[in-house]
Amino acid sequence: MLGIVRQKMLEQSLKKIPPAVSVLRSYSSAAKQMTIRDALNSALDEEMSADSKVFLMGEEVGEYQGAYKITKGLLDKYGPERVLDTPITEAGFTGVAVGAAYYGVKPVVEFMTFNFSMQAIDHIINSAAKTNYMSSGQISVPIVFRGPNGAAAGVGAQHSQCYAAWYASCPGLKVLAPYSSEDARGLLKAAIRDPDPVVFLENELLYGESFPVSDEVLDSSFCLPIGKAKIERKGKDVTIAAYSKMVGYALKAAETLEKDGIDAEVINLRSIRPLDRSMINASVRKTNRLVTVEEAFPQHGVGAEICASIVEESFAYLDAPVERIAGADVPMPYAANLERMAVPQVEDIVRAAKRTCYRSVS
Amino acid sequence: MALSHLAASASRSSSLLKPLSSALSLRRSISGDNSPLTVETSVPFTSHQCEAPSRSVETNPKELLTFFRDMALMRRMEIAADSLYKAKLIRGFCHLYDGQEAVAVGMEAAITKKDCIITAYRDHCTFVSRGGTLLEVFAELMGRQAGCSKGKGGSMHFYKKDSNFYGGHGIVGAQVPLGCGLAFAQKYSKDETVTFALYGDGAANQGQLFEALNISALWDLPAILVCENNHYGMGTAEWRAAKSPAYYKRGDYVPGLKVDGMDALAVKQACKFAKEHALKNGPIILEMDTYRYHGHSMSDPGSTYRTRDEISGVRQERDPIERIRKLILSHDLATEKELKDVEKEVRKEVDDAIAQAKESPMPEPSELFTNVYAKGLGVESFGADRKEVAFLREAMHDYSFLQMEKSFYALSFIAQRSHSSVGTAHPVLIYPGLYWEDSFSTKKEEACA
Repeated sequence: MLGIVRQKMLEQSLKKIPPAVSVLRSYSSAAKQMTIRDALNSALDEEMSADSKVFLMGEEVGEYQGAYKITKGLLDKYGPERVLDTPITEAGFTGVAVGAAYYGVKPVVEFMTFNFSMQAIDHIINSAAKTNYMSSGQISVPIVFRGPNGAAAGVGAQHSQCYAAWYASCPGLKVLAPYSSEDARGLLKAAIRDPDPVVFLENELLYGESFPVSDEVLDSSFCLPIGKAKIERKGKDVTIAAYSKMVGYALKAAETLEKDGIDAEVINLRSIRPLDRSMINASVRKTNRLVTVEEAFPQHGVGAEICASIVEESFAYLDAPVERIAGADVPMPYAANLERMAVPQVEDIVRAAKRTCYRSVS
Repeated sequence: MALSHLAASASRSSSLLKPLSSALSLRRSISGDNSPLTVETSVPFTSHQCEAPSRSVETNPKELLTFFRDMALMRRMEIAADSLYKAKLIRGFCHLYDGQEAVAVGMEAAITKKDCIITAYRDHCTFVSRGGTLLEVFAELMGRQAGCSKGKGGSMHFYKKDSNFYGGHGIVGAQVPLGCGLAFAQKYSKDETVTFALYGDGAANQGQLFEALNISALWDLPAILVCENNHYGMGTAEWRAAKSPAYYKRGDYVPGLKVDGMDALAVKQACKFAKEHALKNGPIILEMDTYRYHGHSMSDPGSTYRTRDEISGVRQERDPIERIRKLILSHDLATEKELKDVEKEVRKEVDDAIAQAKESPMPEPSELFTNVYAKGLGVESFGADRKEVAFLREAMHDYSFLQMEKSFYALSFIAQRSHSSVGTAHPVLIYPGLYWEDSFSTKKEEACA
């Protein structure tokens, strides 16, 4: 306890060091603010410009400018041969897109939400994910499936599910979940350039949020590696691993925990498959405590996989049981108060982190 | 041009009625009587692989006045929902049906509550025509206990099983195979009833539709597929989504009928015809040529892919309520003032229902965990933090929850914490982290092994 107080005082004195150092720790030198929407739009624009094989397909992506305006302006710029409005037939157009990818062109398929991808999931798994293996390398499938994933606000049970765990369990697929604008740009570009099928899970509620982006991020050649997580906030008392919107919640929780003398390390997973097991394990070996956070249903989820990985690789380093914060184990209710209870809140993450530190949670 | 038709037929068929109506005019009530009236539909039916029914529809003053009232109610309800959405009392998705009311009322007039209806997410008016109350509609839209799904479903998930209304579905096209399944069960149970599975022009291209249609035709199911063709699938016009927008012909070997969906009497005639057909010969497709005034949903202005002239043109020439109003007036079944009074009454009904719905409380926190399963699993069901209750109960030394009755009896410990909730000033009860499912089911005894 005293150790924590001493460490806290050290941290505070460290914070008095000129800002450049502390800024470098978390962000590249912030020059501009960019929304996720603009990040995704610019990434699509640049990749389409760089490679004429890249084309977009989806409902309302063209004339409507995108259901969430992610593909705004692209029809005007690249024409109807490269930005295709489809009928509301996911199974059909996904199959068509995967077939096109077999031939060598590079589709970027938009699902209006990933809930609708269930209509097409046979093609994503059986036609896209497994083909490189079944053909022993002859046919690779350079396709990207992107769209909003997870809970939005008041959209009910059939429109709120998170599919990260489902897709991430399938070998042959790569599954990415950006949080910030830097993530959105870098990971989408990487996904489009990748020769394998990539499931790109965005978040509707993050589309309008702004994040600082450096000049490096704005460069058209910017790309992030697939399979690498990012430490959003360095800490030493407890590791909080999250993806997508929950990274923001984890960062807020870390601020609250700091006031109580708990220094949380927040990991932005970025890549659900492949999972950056080495980084997560390294972090837990340092902090000895882990909280996983996801919006999805808890059973067989991303948190469960991370926990298994820690138990397999770093069991001796754990000082407390792994805590899992996830969505409630129920279909998403519509009523506002029930919906709030069905998704993790910052308080839940704080409470779980305190439990790992054997601290009173009241 | 339709009006002259109506006027002509009115003078022909009601000349006998004139003396009667004038004699009764002193005692005539706005509800009308059952004396038969024949009206011609606006346009003849177009058929595919079958013989079209007659254009002359049998009706009566009472029915026409009911049509007027019901459609006016639906119209007012949808417009009120628009305002509530803008006032942020309704969240998420809200798909409005104004313009399409004739399909809901016309269909209901041709069938019984033993016939099944299933539709997609534009379901508020269909729910009402099946007997749902305004309070249930508004309370559900606002996420309150008095809602038809107790606030847990939302706009897209209205249900009324006791009237055989099966929802209320969010995934485009999914309701069609489900509807064919209802028809299967009706045939299986030898009920001599039919199912109407409604879908839009956007959903008409879904593969699952054709799979279900194939099965229905093979097995002679009493399924009636009703395409509510409002010409736009979200922002995409029908000609941009379908190679063949003649939806009534898309069944190929399945007969079809094209109907003016803005004419409630045509809809009634077509549904009556379809029901008779389906009971004898298996599936049939009805294409209702209709129009929605609002955009696809409240987040769609509805004007980026169609012109305002088009929208106002349809409103002027084809509005379903205006058609019935003109019919009523030309047949002298009510005065203009009486009809305006009906509209005023309806408006008041809607306002009262909204006020009542606003009084309805939000669902209890324990409702988060109910109805996941029909009888409950007798196992733990977790909230976002599965350990919260475990901690709290130890801290409070409260073991009352541990008393188990014969069946799995749950007690979830609810503590208070303050956090800003949606618009309320007082602290909101938090949820239990650990909960034994379905403790309050009346089937407790059965659940116990």
